[in-house]
Amino acid sequence: MPKVIYIENNGTEHQVDLPLGATLMEGAVQNDIKGIVAECGGSCMCATCHIYVDEQFMGLLPEMEEEENEMLEGATAERMSNSRLGCQVRISNKLDGVIVRIPEKQ
Amino acid sequence: MSVKVVIIGAGHGGVQAAASLREEGFEGEIVLISEENDLPYQKPPLSKGYLQGKQSEEAILFRSPHFFQNNQIDLRLGVNIAQLDTVGQLVITKEGETIDYTHLILATGAANRKLTMEGAADVLYLRTLADAKAIAHRLETARKIAIIGGGFIGLELAALAQEKGKEVSVIEAQSRLMERVLPAVISDVFQKTHEHNGVQVYLNTLTKSIDNHCVITKDNKKIEADLILAGIGVIPQTSLAEEAGISCENGILVNEFQQTSVANIYAIGDCANHYNAFAQKRLRLESVQNAVDQAKTAVNHVLGKAQPYHAVPWFWTNQYHLKLQMAGISAGFDRYVLRGDVDADKFSVYYFQENRLIAVDSLNRPADHLNARKLLAAQISPTDAQIGDLNVNLNQLLG
Repeated sequence: MPKVIYIENNGTEHQVDLPLGATLMEGAVQNDIKGIVAECGGSCMCATCHIYVDEQFMGLLPEMEEEENEMLEGATAERMSNSRLGCQVRISNKLDGVIVRIPEKQ
Repeated sequence: MSVKVVIIGAGHGGVQAAASLREEGFEGEIVLISEENDLPYQKPPLSKGYLQGKQSEEAILFRSPHFFQNNQIDLRLGVNIAQLDTVGQLVITKEGETIDYTHLILATGAANRKLTMEGAADVLYLRTLADAKAIAHRLETARKIAIIGGGFIGLELAALAQEKGKEVSVIEAQSRLMERVLPAVISDVFQKTHEHNGVQVYLNTLTKSIDNHCVITKDNKKIEADLILAGIGVIPQTSLAEEAGISCENGILVNEFQQTSVANIYAIGDCANHYNAFAQKRLRLESVQNAVDQAKTAVNHVLGKAQPYHAVPWFWTNQYHLKLQMAGISAGFDRYVLRGDVDADKFSVYYFQENRLIAVDSLNRPADHLNARKLLAAQISPTDAQIGDLNVNLNQLLG
């Protein structure tokens, strides 16, 4: 199973194995990572699973759809070039070791 | 006496209350009681990703099985509550066990309203994971599906059944789909889309009886179906509260801190009848947002950090490519202004009452929705010209 390294806003690091196909949001919620709210449960409706993905993995992520792009514009924490919604990124073998940082607020 | 919080109901509200208590540093006992046998799960995906087969049972759990243990939340599954003793501060289970509390949170939710006409026993409803499993099982072999009720749940089921290649009929008593909550301009887009996908939509149609794989309407149409589903609204689960003498009227009556008529008993979510500042009246809301935010309000009050409930209501539905996000309560609007392109299924409706913005529905315009929640919270009303001009970034009004 691919590994994901989640870094909470206070610096706490969690290394977890995710089953192929799980989203980075699901992985965070299921492993009690703090700072991901995911109020809508993964429907790309609420922009409360905002994450920053380590730059070196950006090119390996599934392409962003327009709706995710629009939702990120309204996210609470600042949108950066490496912002994604965790519910829209599914883990794959090529993302093994991906580093995901959690913003201060959702 | 040390504080011990007992929560009845492990839906969005109940689970959030337990989680928020720990997040806020509460160190006392927490008991979270669910009458269901399944680990607490999220309900919105049931009529969407779960029944579509896109989300597994594990994927819709709120938290991992370890979460409750790790956070010392005493999760009791499959436990039915028979009675509340508000004087002795006890919850009494059907098996006769008593659980004491200093604070009780009722997150009992709502149950489906059921059809009562002849033959109605064959109809399936969707509320719980167990319901969804029963529907999933029947969907495997069913070919013709009739859905009674053209509201959110009925239409989400219609869309996913149609996408599975079924022959689908929707039977709605009102003159439009989702008429109670949406204006014609949005209902029409949904109707057109369902019909375009092959769903047969019957409006102004009442069901008379159900007979041998057939829905018979009041005007004697026969709609054949080997699976009949209904989504015709819900009834708040108030019987425990009522029998304990807690004031109820279309739900359990609560104040701005979610307290019921008994001060150390709170009610949150679908079952709670509260004054809503955005609707400017008392009502119940059936939504994730309301359950989650009322849970936080109740928890804050339990912990002595009273903050009145004042959250912008929001809701959503997904059907085919249509993603509708609703902010505020549009009931009582006297006019509305459109932003975007109606013909492209990409527009928002801004509702006004006496020139004050009261709600915004956004169809495939997610940025408008997030912005609308902020505008409503800040009580900012854009002008008609600003709404109508897509070159105007409404976020700039937020300062």
